[in-house]
Amino acid sequence: MDKRLLKDVLAERFMLLLTIFAGLIVFVMAIGLYQRSRPILAIKSLSELLFSTSWHPLRKEFGFLPFIMGSLWVTGVAVIIAIPLCLLTAIFLSEYAPRYVREWTKPLIDLLAGIPSVVYGVWGVLVIIPLIKDYIAPFFGTFSSGYSVLAGGIVLAIMVFPIIIHVSLEVFRTVPYEIREASLSLGATKWQTIKHVVIRKAMPGIIAAIVLGVSRAFGETMAVLMVAGNVAKVPSSVLEPAYPLPALIANNYGEMLSVPLYDSALLLACLILLLVVLFFNVIARVVLIRVERSIK
Amino acid sequence: MDRRKIEEGLFKALMIASTLIILSSLVLILTTVIVKGVPAMNLAMITQTPKGGFYLGKEGGILNAIVGSLYLATGATFLAILISLPVVLYLNVYAKKSSRIITFTRFSLDVLWGVPSIVYGAFGFTIMLFFGLRGSLLGGIIAVALLVLPIMTRAMDEVIRMVPKELLEASYSLGATRLETALKVVVRQALPGILTAVLIAFGRGIGDAASVIFTAGFSDFIPYSLLRPAATLPLAIFFQLGTPFPEVQDRAYASALILTVIILIISIASRILTRRFTRHVVK
Repeated sequence: MDKRLLKDVLAERFMLLLTIFAGLIVFVMAIGLYQRSRPILAIKSLSELLFSTSWHPLRKEFGFLPFIMGSLWVTGVAVIIAIPLCLLTAIFLSEYAPRYVREWTKPLIDLLAGIPSVVYGVWGVLVIIPLIKDYIAPFFGTFSSGYSVLAGGIVLAIMVFPIIIHVSLEVFRTVPYEIREASLSLGATKWQTIKHVVIRKAMPGIIAAIVLGVSRAFGETMAVLMVAGNVAKVPSSVLEPAYPLPALIANNYGEMLSVPLYDSALLLACLILLLVVLFFNVIARVVLIRVERSIK
Repeated sequence: MDRRKIEEGLFKALMIASTLIILSSLVLILTTVIVKGVPAMNLAMITQTPKGGFYLGKEGGILNAIVGSLYLATGATFLAILISLPVVLYLNVYAKKSSRIITFTRFSLDVLWGVPSIVYGAFGFTIMLFFGLRGSLLGGIIAVALLVLPIMTRAMDEVIRMVPKELLEASYSLGATRLETALKVVVRQALPGILTAVLIAFGRGIGDAASVIFTAGFSDFIPYSLLRPAATLPLAIFFQLGTPFPEVQDRAYASALILTVIILIISIASRILTRRFTRHVVK
């Protein structure tokens, strides 16, 4: 056989192998984490781990509920802040803004996506924490150290802006111009067209964009670790501290090997995080693929 | 005035307001980092490693973390290129169009893209336990390479997909094999996009903290081997901010400024590179 052809075939095999490897990483990660979390699953039932609020590693009590609730609270606040702002911005950029505004805004939003999470954390500590402590909490007549669900939610909201806006813009672009024109020609105003035609048509994609934002917020670690307060208790208001799941994992990496079952419990927390995020991502991606296909 | 017009005007005002809020959050973050970071900056920060008692406010700098981060991000980016370039070439040159493996790999990488970095860190940690490694530069490189792999691969995939099919056919008709076409035609044509993908991945790698917290360890010295623990900038910022001493916290702001400047340079460089290399692209 020709040397060149041999090289070609060898390269094909090699590349195929790497491609299969890349495609399987997700599964390998899930299996690896599962293997590591088996010791704790062997002695505790999953429901006990998920729904108990008692977190005392030294007494072998590993209840994840405060952390799961912490994650849900922080993510919830972030989403409530981010959804209206992001959708209004995406509609503005895709439907109203002149071309040069769009071309100036997009790189800036990309830049927002590039800022490292630890810098968001530093910013949160410098700006958001004092804001909540000195203005927002006194305004509602309560006391807060500033390190709270609200602080985590605000910082996370800014972190998910780029992803929600980016995906929504892509989705709006897939709405065919003809149907906009049809609506306008029937006498609808531009806003009516957007409200009744564009948004309705883009709805599945918008939801996918939000779901991607949610899953990003759910797994974000450093920034939240720095501003959420990290108290292992189910929060009862947005001004109370929370201890989200990723923060728990990151905070205890040092001591986890010295306490029996501790590492297993933390890697189980990782596995839970991974499965939740995978679930969200798979749904969002399937919807987005459908949206993309629908325009072809 | 028509009620419909009023409603439209109201929403338009809201939209412009949201866009301004989002852009001003970027401006606010950058100005905060600059205003707090610049006064705390000095030459020692970027030219010295920590001396004894650095975290108590004594002398020294964070050269260990700067160099550690650069080593780590470079190693991880390099490792990720070694995997993602073949994968992307396979998907776009070798694999039959509409084959299952294309859909599956792209989907799987998209999903992987959403996995939080702390999970990569923990997974990297389990790999290290498996091989008996301790927190080291190598461990950090592996975890960060996994983290940037989907970002890099999907970014490259997007540009290589855009390479016109005619170009490939022209190359085949001249008798080139698929490998030769892939390396000499496709890669060259997509070079600007590939470089941008590499830079995006590098920027992501250098800024990520959660994936290295388990894997890279931390050390006051510049690592001289792959098996030594390495300090990283994001973790240095985190640790400095966590101390109760104002002078050390000031250093955290200076370190945050350094990291932000590195990220800004990378982002601007990728734009310039894209522009410069596009000249050689066949249109």
